[in-house]
Amino acid sequence: MTIIPSIKRDFLVKLAEDGKRADGRKFDEFRNIEIEVNVISKAEGSAKVKIGNTQVLAGIKMDIGEPYPDTPDSGVMITAAELIPLASPDFESGPPRENAIELARVVDRGIRESEVIEVDKLCVVPSEKVWLVFIDIHVLDYDGNLFDAASLAALAALLTTKVPAERFELGEDYPLPLKEPPISCTSVKYNGVVVMDPSLDEEAIAEVRLTIATDKNGDIRAMQKGLNGSFNLDEIKKIIKTSLDNGRKIQELLYKSAGK
Amino acid sequence: MNQEKREIVIPSQLLGEIKNKKAGKGTFVENGKIYSEILGILNNNSEYVNVIPLKGRYDPIEKDFVIGIVDIAMASSWLVDINAAYPALLHVNEVPWDVEFGETEKYLNHGDSIMAKVLQVDQEKKLQITLNDRNLFKIKGGQIFNVEPHKVPRIIGKKGSMISLLKKYTNCRIIVGQNGRIWLDGSDDGVKKVIDTIKMIENNALSFGLTNKIENLLKKDAKDVH
Repeated sequence: MTIIPSIKRDFLVKLAEDGKRADGRKFDEFRNIEIEVNVISKAEGSAKVKIGNTQVLAGIKMDIGEPYPDTPDSGVMITAAELIPLASPDFESGPPRENAIELARVVDRGIRESEVIEVDKLCVVPSEKVWLVFIDIHVLDYDGNLFDAASLAALAALLTTKVPAERFELGEDYPLPLKEPPISCTSVKYNGVVVMDPSLDEEAIAEVRLTIATDKNGDIRAMQKGLNGSFNLDEIKKIIKTSLDNGRKIQELLYKSAGK
Repeated sequence: MNQEKREIVIPSQLLGEIKNKKAGKGTFVENGKIYSEILGILNNNSEYVNVIPLKGRYDPIEKDFVIGIVDIAMASSWLVDINAAYPALLHVNEVPWDVEFGETEKYLNHGDSIMAKVLQVDQEKKLQITLNDRNLFKIKGGQIFNVEPHKVPRIIGKKGSMISLLKKYTNCRIIVGQNGRIWLDGSDDGVKKVIDTIKMIENNALSFGLTNKIENLLKKDAKDVH
C-alpha cells in the first residue's frame, strides 16, 4: 500500500478549514466528466468514462442461458469488475480482492435495484432460455472515485447495447430494453467536511464514504456506506441533495453522449 | 551535441557496436552489439551509450538526498518508503536523537516525512538511509507532491538553475528529493505556481532551453500580478 504522509493529510485538512480543496473545486463539485461510447467493436455495448484522471472501460456481452429457478421468466444480469495492476501501484494481479468485489457489487446494485434493465422482456422460453447480460468493468486509471466512474461507464454501455438476436437466430437485433438510468454519486467525509467526487488523496484520508444512486424522479435507488466512520443526519440529508443535483447534470450528459 | 531532438529508443533496439562505444546504463550487450534494455531517451554523448528511462521507480544511489515516508517503527529501527524497489532501513544509530530500545515510536511514526540521505546500497538494491548529516531532519508542515524520479535533474536544472529560478519568483521554500518527492512551503498562490510550473517542466522535459522558457513564463506571471 502507498503510505499517505501525515503532512499531506494536514495540508488537505487545512485547505478544507478554509473551504478549499486541493484541485480548486467546490465541496459539491464533480471533476470534468467525459463519456465515449462504442469503443469496443466486439462487445454488444461499450463505453469509456473519464472522471478527471480516473478512467474506466465497461463492456456488455450477451448470451442465451438458463434463468434462476426463482425467477423463471426474467433475464439475468452479472457484473464483474477488474482492477488491473496497470491502473494503480496499489492494485495487484490475482483473484479479485475486497475492493474489486465491493466495486462490482455497488455497480450491480445501482443497476439491479433501479430496474434499469427490463429483465422481464429478456425472456425467450420461460424457465428454459433467457438472455444473460454480462457487465464487465475494467479500471484503466485510478485517481479516486471508482464507484461513480464504473457505474456511469456501465450505464453508458447499456444505453448503447444491441441485443444480438440475429446471432442466436431469434429474429432481428434490437436495442436492450431500458428504463430511466440511476446516477450514482459518491461523497466522503474527512475532518468534519463532506466532499463530493473524492480525488485519490481525499479518498485515502477519508473517514467514511457514502454512494447514493438517484434517478430522474428524484428517488433514491441504492445506497452504499463504506469505511469505519459515521455521518450525522444533517450530513446525510445534504449529501442526498447534492447527489440529486449532480445526478441530474450527469444524466443529461449521459443521454447526450449516448445519442439519446 | 545534436540540438535537433532527443531520440527515444525501445527495448532491444540496436544502439551501436561494442568496438566504438562502452555500454552504459539501461543497455545490454549481445554478440558484441549494444542494445537498449528499456524504453527511454538515448544519450550518446560520452564514451558510454546510456538510455535514460522515460518512467520508473527511483534507483537509489549512495549519498543521494531523498524524502522518505515512515512506514513502520520497529524496536530499534524504522522502515521508510523512499519510492525505491525496497523499503529503506533507518537504524536508531543513524538518527540524531538518543532513542531507547523499543521507544522508536516516540520519535518517528507511520506517515511521518523525513529528509534523509542514502547511506548504503548493496548489490541487491537493499538500502539504508541516515539522518546523521547536515540538512537532514523530520519534515513538519508544508506539502509533498510526486514527480517522475528520472525528471528530477530537469527540475533542479544545471547547477540548480531551474530550482533557484522557482525560489526567486515564488518565494516558496522548496526541497527536491532525488527520489521524485518535492516538499513545498509558502503562500497558497506561490505553492500553486510552483506546482503548475513543475508539472510543465515535467511535461516538457524533453525540450531544449527549458530554463529560459520557464524564466520568461515566470517573469510574465510576475508582471501580471503587479
